[in-house]
Amino acid sequence: MVEQVRKLLDKKLKNTGELEKLRQAVLDKRDTSRITVSVCGGTGCRASGAEAVVEAFAEEIEKRELQVKIDFKETGCHGFCERGPIVVIGPKKIFYQHVQPEDVQEIINETVLQGKVVKRLLYIDPATSEEITYESDVPFYNKQTRLILGANGEIDPTDIEQYIAAGGYSALSKALFQLNPDKIVNEITSAGLRGRGGGGFPTGRKWQSCRTAKGDVKYVLCNADEGDPGAYQDRSILEGNPHSVIEGMIIGAYAIGASQGFIYVRNEYPLAVEHARIALEQAIDYGFLGENILDSGFNFKITINKGGGAFVCGESSALIASLEGKIGEPKSKYTHMSEKGLWERPSLLNNVKTWANVPLIINKGADWYSKIGTAGSKGTMIFSLVGKINNSGLVEVPMGITLREMIYDIGGGIPNGKKFKAVQTGGPSGGCIPEQFLDTHVDFDELTKIGSMMGSGGMIVMDEDTCMVDVARYFINFLKGESCGKCVPCREGLAKMSDILDRITHGEGKPEDLDTMMDLAEILSAGALCALGRTAANPVISTLKYFKDEYMAHINDKKCPAGVCRELIQYSIDPEKCTGCGVCARACSMNAISGEKKEPHVINQNMCIKCGVCYDSCKFGAITKQ
Amino acid sequence: MTKYWVDGEKTIDINEADDVNSVCFTVDDKDVVVSGGQTILEAVQRTGIANIPALCYHPAVRPYGACRLCTVEVSEDGGKNFKFVASCLYPVKEGMIVKTSTEKVKKLRKGIIELLLARCPNTKIIQELAEEYGVEKPRFSVGDQDCILCGLCVRACQEIIGKSAISLVNRGIYKEVAAPFYAYELGEECIGCGDCVFVCPTGAITMGDNGKPVLPRVKIPYAEIGAMKSEEKLLASQG
Amino acid sequence: MDTELDFDTIRTIIENNAGKIESLIDSYVDKKEQLISLLQDIQSEYNYIPQDVLIKISQKLDIPLSQVFSVVTFFQAFSLKPRGRHTITVCLGTACHVKGGQRLVDKMERDFGLKPGETTDDDRFTLETANCLGCCALGPVVVVDGKYESQVNPEKLGKVLKNYE
Repeated sequence: MVEQVRKLLDKKLKNTGELEKLRQAVLDKRDTSRITVSVCGGTGCRASGAEAVVEAFAEEIEKRELQVKIDFKETGCHGFCERGPIVVIGPKKIFYQHVQPEDVQEIINETVLQGKVVKRLLYIDPATSEEITYESDVPFYNKQTRLILGANGEIDPTDIEQYIAAGGYSALSKALFQLNPDKIVNEITSAGLRGRGGGGFPTGRKWQSCRTAKGDVKYVLCNADEGDPGAYQDRSILEGNPHSVIEGMIIGAYAIGASQGFIYVRNEYPLAVEHARIALEQAIDYGFLGENILDSGFNFKITINKGGGAFVCGESSALIASLEGKIGEPKSKYTHMSEKGLWERPSLLNNVKTWANVPLIINKGADWYSKIGTAGSKGTMIFSLVGKINNSGLVEVPMGITLREMIYDIGGGIPNGKKFKAVQTGGPSGGCIPEQFLDTHVDFDELTKIGSMMGSGGMIVMDEDTCMVDVARYFINFLKGESCGKCVPCREGLAKMSDILDRITHGEGKPEDLDTMMDLAEILSAGALCALGRTAANPVISTLKYFKDEYMAHINDKKCPAGVCRELIQYSIDPEKCTGCGVCARACSMNAISGEKKEPHVINQNMCIKCGVCYDSCKFGAITKQ
Repeated sequence: MTKYWVDGEKTIDINEADDVNSVCFTVDDKDVVVSGGQTILEAVQRTGIANIPALCYHPAVRPYGACRLCTVEVSEDGGKNFKFVASCLYPVKEGMIVKTSTEKVKKLRKGIIELLLARCPNTKIIQELAEEYGVEKPRFSVGDQDCILCGLCVRACQEIIGKSAISLVNRGIYKEVAAPFYAYELGEECIGCGDCVFVCPTGAITMGDNGKPVLPRVKIPYAEIGAMKSEEKLLASQG
Repeated sequence: MDTELDFDTIRTIIENNAGKIESLIDSYVDKKEQLISLLQDIQSEYNYIPQDVLIKISQKLDIPLSQVFSVVTFFQAFSLKPRGRHTITVCLGTACHVKGGQRLVDKMERDFGLKPGETTDDDRFTLETANCLGCCALGPVVVVDGKYESQVNPEKLGKVLKNYE
């Protein structure tokens, strides 16, 4: 039935000539006199209420019949997530943040129809207190090199024609008709692309081994099981520009001789799954997937598989087990996936960001690409700059930028005047980097040298109020919950490490605990079966290396210097600052605060459970934490 | 001219064997030649050239690589770089150098045994291994299990009998050997052959009086809580 | 659905929908490798995976029941017990944690006696935690019945939950 409908609608592009014609037709049809209004529809902005804003715009435009004047679209994630909902008004790209449905009428009346700026919606640079009007002037954006993420703000991911108009699928045409599989692999190799999923393995070499592997049936896989807490670049790309990934996969499949592909998306990304599905359907409709793609004789199809809520399935052999319908237990990888992967057949597995880089490299060429970045790490990398940072969001920069530039120039520094303490990179397999390394040039090898790693690009900034022992405890607990449980070092070792860290953060630590944890770390790195287990102790190793004093404070002094570990802190009311307003007493769920109206209140330490609600509620800063 | 140990005593000159798919490598500085296509552990056990402990391994079923006790150091570039591999899974390769008892390997084994002892302090074979490797009291919190989750019982039932009456359920520290829906009594799927009891290295799974095996009682009653709760609700809704 | 979602009601719904479940499982008959997709379809439809459905899956897809059971218990997405009327998912990703996500879990325990994975006795709420929902810049994030709430503190959470009976 679907096939019949497809034939009826017949949008299939039979060859590159038709593709180029369509591209030109869409561009020609564009009424450049229309004002573009782009609302960010990424999950982040949706969490801030973007859907209501989209609806408000759609309604208003419909009601006032402004379709002739306004080119309205809901785009993918713009990356500056903390400022959402974001609305960008072209052609000069006036940038509005924190837009609410109530603002829509004014935006249309003032900005769209009259070109006037609504000042209260403008971004204010925290460093200069200046109002910034245009997107290109926002320091968060203009210091980035948004080769991959840039398209997110321009196109509606549910409309393939917008992708085509922006140049989409031209890399595919070039790959199919101007290059051949060997040349494609050479381009990727000379470009110096390295895996963006965590391993940093040279992509060209992986493609080459898959290309030469014996077998008629080969598979191409996309790892969209972005499990690192704190990283969401893959979600953003898959939601905002799924065709870039699809195009990359088709090129890769052509290069190695695969006819079937899988995108493995984690269960927790419903919008990404939805948009990828729509994109796949449209790609089939237009003839980019299926039989005889663009008359090249090449056949390829892609299926989407959802994860089941297991971080370990981001590990390649566990991902494959999950695709085969089994539990996500990794296997010892003594035979490479390029020889025996999914269903024991040669399989090429790459991360979403890696795939998204492919059309770029094919279009612009390896020479161009290899000029960006450092000697060992080419191209740009997309980081998720989150945590205690002023400008939080997705940042795409050339490899080699320093941590200081990332955190201060782009990130705008630490909020509330707090002091930087550490930046955690690489997810649970990575480490915490202290202040003395802020001038490190970020690339795969440099980060590994200082005891961390690039990983999937998570970059979590921590300040003086973050307890590093608690951070270690958090990561070990996370990994303990995600461990598949197959091998003894990971299953038992992480559980014991978690016990020790719990004791330390509860004030029951012993000095020998640190040596015990280092021994456990050695067992994990030597004995664990998969990369999850082998790198599981990194958070502990790196925090012990750079923040040992915090551990010692917890163990010897039973104190938490950052004021985080509940058992070791005490909330008390400063009688000089307390106005006796009683807000804290009412907020306290344990009735632990007592006092007369207008008299300084007191916290009963025996009843206090250190939840911190009173601390949050006091408007006079009268409650202290130590 | 390399030598080939048979039963640890006889030696045969390799040149006298025709059409042998042979792989020559060294184990603990001793030359070995075995037929290709087997794992290091298999080669070592068959030739008796070294003693590698392995709890989750049994020749009757496929290797799993879970206990990691069989870890050895291997070099494939003539001794420049060594890596840790599980010998029960790693295939023998021409020219490889295997070391089964270096300080690092012994330290790793000691660590794994300490973890196992913390999990199963009253299990005889673990206690014996602890004594052999000089592990005393574990430095961590101690449990009280017998099952080390080696998976041999599950694999025996699946691969030898083809029934798959039991499986490893849950994830991480809550992993356990269980029958569907955490039932403690095994149903018709189980034919009472006793293979699971036979391959179990610790005696955690035993044969019951009714001819069916008794599954290891999990001392972290995670599954019990879950099962009880749904059982309660089911009964409540019916009662 | 406005009716109370207790075991009885669910049982009835499932019996009435037996035909629907049958055809859903039938559509996967020659695709046993897509077991996880099938389980997800059932989980999203009925909010849990009933025992007899698992048995049917095992029979129709020709996968040993113990293996199907292993898959259901391995992945966090699947629930063997019915969930509450409203599912509250607190994000415990690193960024949300650093901004105080744990306090929201603590609050759920204080106010409703719930630990992650548990459902209140009156079937009102089920508490789940997620290891990063991908909205890191807006943490702490809580999702209630699919609706995302950003920059949530214990006070805000209390207010939001009042809307969900």
